[in-house]
This record gives sequence, C-alpha cells and structure tokens, in this order.
Amino acid sequence: MLYALKFAGRYLTASKAQTALLVVGVAVGVFIFIFTSALIGGLAEFILSRTAGDMSHVTIEAEATDPALLITPPGTVLLVQEPSTETPELRAAISFLPLIEALPEVKAVSPQITGAGFLRRGTQVSQVSIIGLEPGRESAILDLDGYLVQGDARLRTGAVVLGRSLVEDMGLSLGQTVQLQSTDGIDAALTLTGIYQIGSGGGPDRRMAYVSLSTARTLFAMPQGVSRIEIKLFDIYAADGAALRIEGLTGLAAKSWTEDGAQLLEALKAQAQTGYFLKTFAMITIIIGVASALLLSTYRRRPEIGIMRAMGASRNFVVAVFVLQGALIGVMGGLLGAGVGYLALLPFPTREAFRSGTLPMDITQGSYDLAIILTVIGAVAASILPARAAARVDPVTAIGQ
Amino acid sequence: MMLLGVSDLVKTFGEGDTATHVLRGLNLTLEKGQMAALLGPSGSGKSTLLTILGTLMQPTSGTHQMLGVDLTIASDAELTQFRNRHIGFVFQFHNLLPDFTALENVIFPTAIREGRETAAARTRGKELLTRMGLAGRINFASTKLSGGQKQRVAVARALMNAPELVLADEPTGNLDRASALQVMELIGQINRDEGTTFLISTHDEKIAATCSRQIVVGDGRVTG
Ligand SMILES: Nc1ncnc2c1ncn2[C@@H]1O[C@H](COP(=O)(O)OP(=O)(O)OP(=O)(O)O)[C@@H](O)[C@H]1O
Ligand SMILES: [Mg+2]
Repeated sequence: MLYALKFAGRYLTASKAQTALLVVGVAVGVFIFIFTSALIGGLAEFILSRTAGDMSHVTIEAEATDPALLITPPGTVLLVQEPSTETPELRAAISFLPLIEALPEVKAVSPQITGAGFLRRGTQVSQVSIIGLEPGRESAILDLDGYLVQGDARLRTGAVVLGRSLVEDMGLSLGQTVQLQSTDGIDAALTLTGIYQIGSGGGPDRRMAYVSLSTARTLFAMPQGVSRIEIKLFDIYAADGAALRIEGLTGLAAKSWTEDGAQLLEALKAQAQTGYFLKTFAMITIIIGVASALLLSTYRRRPEIGIMRAMGASRNFVVAVFVLQGALIGVMGGLLGAGVGYLALLPFPTREAFRSGTLPMDITQGSYDLAIILTVIGAVAASILPARAAARVDPVTAIGQ
Repeated sequence: MMLLGVSDLVKTFGEGDTATHVLRGLNLTLEKGQMAALLGPSGSGKSTLLTILGTLMQPTSGTHQMLGVDLTIASDAELTQFRNRHIGFVFQFHNLLPDFTALENVIFPTAIREGRETAAARTRGKELLTRMGLAGRINFASTKLSGGQKQRVAVARALMNAPELVLADEPTGNLDRASALQVMELIGQINRDEGTTFLISTHDEKIAATCSRQIVVGDGRVTG
C-alpha cells in the first residue's frame, strides 16, 4: 500500500500541470458545493428569521365557548345565541406557564391578551389589533425591540407602541396621548412611547398596537387569565412534537405553526431540494472529471503497467496505484475547494447581521467536512473504473506496442 | 539439470480463416546455467515463445513446466508471483518506468514483493548497477539515460530477485554494435558467475555467437 502510494504520488507529480488542472477542477466542484450549502442554509435561516423567526411556533389559544345546553329536549332544538362581546379567555393556563417554560425545547413563552379595537385621536379613527404583552417579554416572540425605530419597546402600564405607517397616517409623534377603545367598549388614554417598523412598512405596521398586559386587562375586562400563549422553540422543525407534548402536559389545545405554515414549510423544503440537486451535480462533475482524467492516464501508461505486471506486480497493486491517485486528487481538491470556499464566504455578513439586498450566505453552513468527505469518496469511486481498466491491461500487447 | 521444458507447444491467434498458427507443436528444454540465443526469421514466433515461457501468455495447447511446476494450470495470481521470483525480463522497447530513477527501477521486483523499498534492496540494487558499469547513474531519472544504459539498467532489474531464468527479447535490437556487445558481455559474466539461465532472441548472428547455445525456430518448431 505504501509502495502503491509512492507510485500514485509519483504519477501525479510527473505531470504537474495536468494534476494541478484536475485538482483545481475538483476544487471548483467543492467550492460550488460549499457555496450552495452556505446559500441554501443561509437563505433558510434568513427566511425563517424574517417569518417563522418572528412568529409563534406553538400557540395555545382560547376557543370561543360553545353555547351550553343544560337540557336536551327531544326533537330539534333551535338555538339563538346573543352575539358575545366577551374575549375568549384561558383562565387556568397561566398556572401552566412555568411548566411549559421548563421544557427543554422551549426557548421563550409569551402570555398575551389580544383583541380588536379603535385608535382615536381627535376626529381620526383607525381600526387596530391590540396585543397585550407581559413587560419584560415584549421581544420574546416578535423581536419588537429589533424593529423599533423610535422610543422604547418597554411596555409600561399606560404605554402604547405603534407602527410607523400608522403613526404617520394619524400624524402622531412620540409622547403624545391617544385614545384606545376595545371592542368591549372600554376606553383608555395611552401615551405613544415607541414606534416600530417591520420590513418596508405595510400590513403589520398599520394594524398592530402593542400595550402592556395590564393595560389589555383593563381594555378587555379580563382581571385574570390570558387569551393566548405564544411559545418559541429552539428548533422550529420540532414544533409538531412540542405541540403534542404541551397538549399532553397541560390539556390545552396547542397548535403548531406548521398547521398554518404549510406553504412556508413546502417552500423551505423545495429550496433544500434545489440545494441537494445542485450539490449532486457538483459531485457528478467531480466524478466525471476525475474518472476521465484517470482513464486517459491509464491509457497513456499502458506500456508501464505491462512492465509492472511482467515484473510481478499484482492486479491489486495496479488498482491501488490508480485508486490512490483518485484519493489524493480528492483530498487535495477537497481541501483547496473548502479553503477557498471558506475564504470567499468570509466577507459576507454573519447570520445575525443579514440585511435585505445582500445574499444571505451563512459561512457556518458551508458543510466543509461533508464536502471534503464526499469529494474523497467521489474521487475514489471515480477512480475505480480506470483502475480496473488498468489492472486488466494485457502485459504482452502493452509491452509490444 | 533441467530448468524448464515445453512440449507439443501450440499457439494459434484468432480463429477460422483468419487464424494464425504461430507455434505448431514446439518442443524445447533449457538446462540450468545455459546461455541460449533464440534465432529465426521475423514472424517465426520468437517473441511469442518468450512470452509463453515468461508466463505472460498461455499456449493454446501443450505442456509448460519450470522448476517442476506445471504452469499451464496456474492462476493469474500464482503466475504473477512465480514470475516475480523466478523469471527476469529484458524487453526491446518500453523497458523502464519513465518517472522513476535507475535505482528505483532496479529494485522494483523486490519492492513489489516486500511492499516497500528496503535498505537491503537498495544495497543490492546499487551493487547490480555498479556491476553494469552504472555507478555514476544510480539516481538518474531513467529518461535521462542513453539506450545502452537503459538496457543495462533493465538487465540489472531482471537480476534483482536472483531469478533462475532471464528472458530477453532482442535486448540489443536498438543498440549500436559497441553497446550491444557491452550488454552481452555483462550478461555473459552474470551467467558465468551466478549460473543464471538466459534465453535471448536476436536477429544478429554476432550476438548469437556470444551465446553457448543457438536455438533456431522456423515453421512453428525448433529447427536447430
Ligand atoms: N496478439 C496477436 N494476435 C494475432 N497475431 C499475432 C499476435 N501476436 C503475434 N502474432 C503473429 O504471430 C506471428 C509471430 O509473431 P512474433 O512476434 O512471435 O514473431 P517474432 O519471431 O518475434 O518476429 P520478430 O523477429 O519480427 O520480432 C506473427 O505472424 C504475428 O503477426
Ligand atoms: Mg519479436
């Protein structure tokens, strides 16, 4: 084996330019592999952080109570229910919070009171969704702090944080007082303490009014309990299992984001598939390149192979010489491609600093080790056919040429 | 003492109308220590006979024995090993591995057997090269040697594993008269000193005259 390695090395150094070209070719394949990995991985990360990253992974929501029938008379019952203005409520849920928070897969928990209302200033009125968050957990699910462009994300009692579009529409400015009225008909005078902007401003910026949990209690006349609990996990893909576990643990209906986020999930899967596709092609290119170069080399070296066989070299020795050439090319090309790939990814912003407009390359998701291992395996596999062709060389015809 | 023997050796290339009957029942024995020249017109089957004797090719029919071993029934792996230990080759062309030095070429038969280049092999390789008058060319790249030097390296390599038989197919065919005689002189010395058996094909009567026995092939048989 060691002796075969000497031959493999000698053959590769004998035609330096050709070997260099081959190694560079393999390195390009590895580079594409790594670039694709980093791009697809980074893109998934980016999309998740921009969508699923800001959303609840598992949500416990109070269900609107069905009208209770105390008596069940025979025959058909016509039930007329007065429209309920009451916000559905999770009374017992609060006591489960520490339990849910203690689960290992749970990253953050946010109890909320949500409902609809009207924002009023002078004669102007806007319909808004009111979200009551617990002070200290404002950024547990949606990174409110991260989207803040003015003021403070901290939700004190009597404070409201609004989106920039809404603020501009209504001509508001920081520190001013606005009237917020819930659909329950309760009014509160709140001070605008923070202005956020999500993305380019639009939907959520115009709709969402963030207040403290205690303000929301007043607005929705809900002295205890909450209307929903949002849970964020460390691994977004573990949401289905976590939802089941939380349901089993608490008896509350817990809903995974995948129930509504199927499209996003599909998109991410399709994107990952595109990545596999590109990576497979990079590998096929490497294999074809190595195989054709080595096949050419076995043809060129037929007389020598004949001499070696005549001198008593076994077929296995000849196979080893060519397979080891493949392995060496794989190792060199793999290391070169991975090194250059890493260097090429260095200038891209880190995962935390992704900005829209730039490629969200994630240098940590380059799959360097996988790229190198697959390349070596691929190069070895590619060398098997030429190696076997070399081992089958008939010494008589090869020497007689 | 008999080193090898072939009897009723037949070699036919191809089949039917295009069949070439090269050897047609050839009989030959070589004694240990002989230095024999193999003569015959071009196309008479000298190279074919040498490749069969060298176990690089199987005869169509007939027996082939060497050192008491029936070589017509051995497997490829067995023949490879047999060649490595008992037979040395010198060819007319393509003799040396071009990417290796003279010494690396010479010790190849031993290194392939031992799996690596040992110090003992290097010592013997240098001795053989010195004996071939190539002490100053030991670490030369084989491509930088002259034709005569190359053939002397090839002779040294053929002797590396101290084989009982060395088969040489027109070893001097590419050399000028002086180099050819020098190579034959060295082969003669080895033959006398170590008792190695040589079978050398040649078209050159003068070269053949340096051998102790002349074997002539014609019409697929030994004719003299
Ligand atoms: N592989 C082969 N297939 C078909 N015919 C072959 C093959 N090898 C040799 N022959 C034929 O066998 C005959 C003998 O060839 P061989 O090479 O043994 O002759 P030779 O005596 O060595 O000739 P020379 O002196 O020219 O080297 C030739 O007619 C040649 O064409
Ligand atoms: Mg010939």
